[in-house]
Amino acid sequence: MTPPPDIAVAANVFDAGEQRAEAQTPFRRFLADFTESKIAVVAFFVFVAVLLCAMFAPWISPTDPYDLSKVDIIDNRLPPGSEGIDGLTYWLGTDGAGRDMLSAILYGLRTSLFVGVTAGGIALTIGGVLGLVAAYFGGFIDTLIMRLVDFKLGFPSILIAMILLAVLGKGVDKIIISLVVVQWAYYTRTVRASALVERNREYMEAAQCLALGHFSVVFRHLLPNCLPPLIVVGTVQIASAIALEATLSFLGLGLPTTEPSLGLLIANGFDYMLSGRYWISIFPGIALLITILSINLIGDQLRDVLNPRLQK
Amino acid sequence: MGGEVTVFIIRRLMQSAVVVFALTLVVFFSINIIGNPVDILIDPECDQECYRKAMENFGLDRPIHEQYFVFLENAVQGDFGDSFLNKIPATELIVERLPASLELAIFAMLITLVIGIPAGMWSGLRPESPSGKLIMGGSIVGFSLPGFWVGLMLIIIFSVELDLLPSTGRGETVEVLGIRISLLTLNGLSHLVLPAITLSLYHTALIMRLTRAGVREVVLVDFIKFAHAKGLAARRVVFVHVLKNILIPVVTVLGLEFGGLLAYGVVTETIFAWPGMGKLLIDSINILDRPVVVAYVMFIVLLFITINLLVDILYSVLDPRVRIEGMGK
Repeated sequence: MTPPPDIAVAANVFDAGEQRAEAQTPFRRFLADFTESKIAVVAFFVFVAVLLCAMFAPWISPTDPYDLSKVDIIDNRLPPGSEGIDGLTYWLGTDGAGRDMLSAILYGLRTSLFVGVTAGGIALTIGGVLGLVAAYFGGFIDTLIMRLVDFKLGFPSILIAMILLAVLGKGVDKIIISLVVVQWAYYTRTVRASALVERNREYMEAAQCLALGHFSVVFRHLLPNCLPPLIVVGTVQIASAIALEATLSFLGLGLPTTEPSLGLLIANGFDYMLSGRYWISIFPGIALLITILSINLIGDQLRDVLNPRLQK
Repeated sequence: MGGEVTVFIIRRLMQSAVVVFALTLVVFFSINIIGNPVDILIDPECDQECYRKAMENFGLDRPIHEQYFVFLENAVQGDFGDSFLNKIPATELIVERLPASLELAIFAMLITLVIGIPAGMWSGLRPESPSGKLIMGGSIVGFSLPGFWVGLMLIIIFSVELDLLPSTGRGETVEVLGIRISLLTLNGLSHLVLPAITLSLYHTALIMRLTRAGVREVVLVDFIKFAHAKGLAARRVVFVHVLKNILIPVVTVLGLEFGGLLAYGVVTETIFAWPGMGKLLIDSINILDRPVVVAYVMFIVLLFITINLLVDILYSVLDPRVRIEGMGK
């Protein structure tokens, strides 16, 4: 059976478009490579959905879980799908204080993503600059920076974060500081490795011959060419920052109870779990898993697409 | 070569000493900023006089630099002061908890190796097969799953719903050379299973991916092609030639992985009420039991410095291509 002519034409146009696109811009080629994996595309849309939920949490949540005037203690520990005292249906149940779990999860997602992305962004900036500086200037500066990196990488992230938080105390700012301290070294190592290769390329010689300042050479010429590996490491590290924050909050070391992230919600549910009230812990955990998994799946496909060794 | 190794070790030891000294400064001074433990530990009814006595008892009334020198002098002798809570030397408390943590970490490590390496080799040799892809996909889920949440789920399934395995504590232990071990009794083993699975999940996924990447690189190398061309059995090529060459990167991360298992053990120990060092740390942080927190930090840093040094030395022994003087730089 032949397809109707208009679809066939559309398909042809599409094919031709794709071929032209590959010749046209690197971004189009990247897009075509990335969409080769169906799972990665699904993960991307899931992540966008998660991001939107987090951003618009105050507008889309059924209730404001932290407005004490609207939370009824009578509604506490209701199983999923039950109806509350004021006729509202709690699709994911309520927690020990009578808060709607769905709303709490949306707000928690907001905190978790904010902390993870902010910490990841700061760590990327600091770590990236250090890596570029180490590779570009070499010598003593390079030795010093890389010694610090090696030292840092000798200790597991959670250990350093725990010690820091034990010393600093709780708070959004403090957990972001701890995550940055834990993560910068990964970016430094990655950027330095690719910058060392790029430094000897001809365009770098040309830029230096033009007598451009160090700043311009490093950030306008060297940095853009070191970006692909940085992006890959960045996705994985943001996922790991979110997971680490959740773990620390679960241990009671991370965020204060006034700004509950997903980790804290899970910890709160822990107390009710042995009596069979599973939903208080399970649903925030699933939200956390979906977030981390989607970012990791995107990162995995990015690694394949951006890896110069595998480039066609 | 022997001389070089000695010089390398001495240099590393000196560096480590500087690091440990700097750390005592940072930890001691910053931990004195976060709160006064006396406020938590004394009777709320306590008046000014009894408050002063409590401060004096703990040595907290003296100037902070004096407290530091006392601390340093004692620390060199392995004495970090008595725990505020139960008046036992902090070092003793930690050493007492060490076997439980080590046991959990070692058992989790065994699970990691027994599952991680074969699964990684399997999927590395058949990267395009459905089973290979399934293993790869499983590993992404494995390291995306938050460990503490997995622990909770395992408790719900195996302890609450199925009532198969216990969810808290260490169970029966057997004393071997003065150390209590729960691996040797059936009851102890049943207590160990859930925490160890929880702890090993992330690390198994990681070792799996590392092994797989190693295998995929090694199978393309000339000497493997030559081994096949020579007519060696496929099994021999895989288990001797491939395995030998992927072991180098795997062994080097194993040291770090073991350290990671000990560190992440803190989370697992908290969930399963496993009486190890990690649970002690979290409990001590929550009640501001300073001597225990400081002793734990110093102990774990020394432990990691030792592990890292051993890994570097082992690396150079395993892989003659790595020159030891290159590592010092």
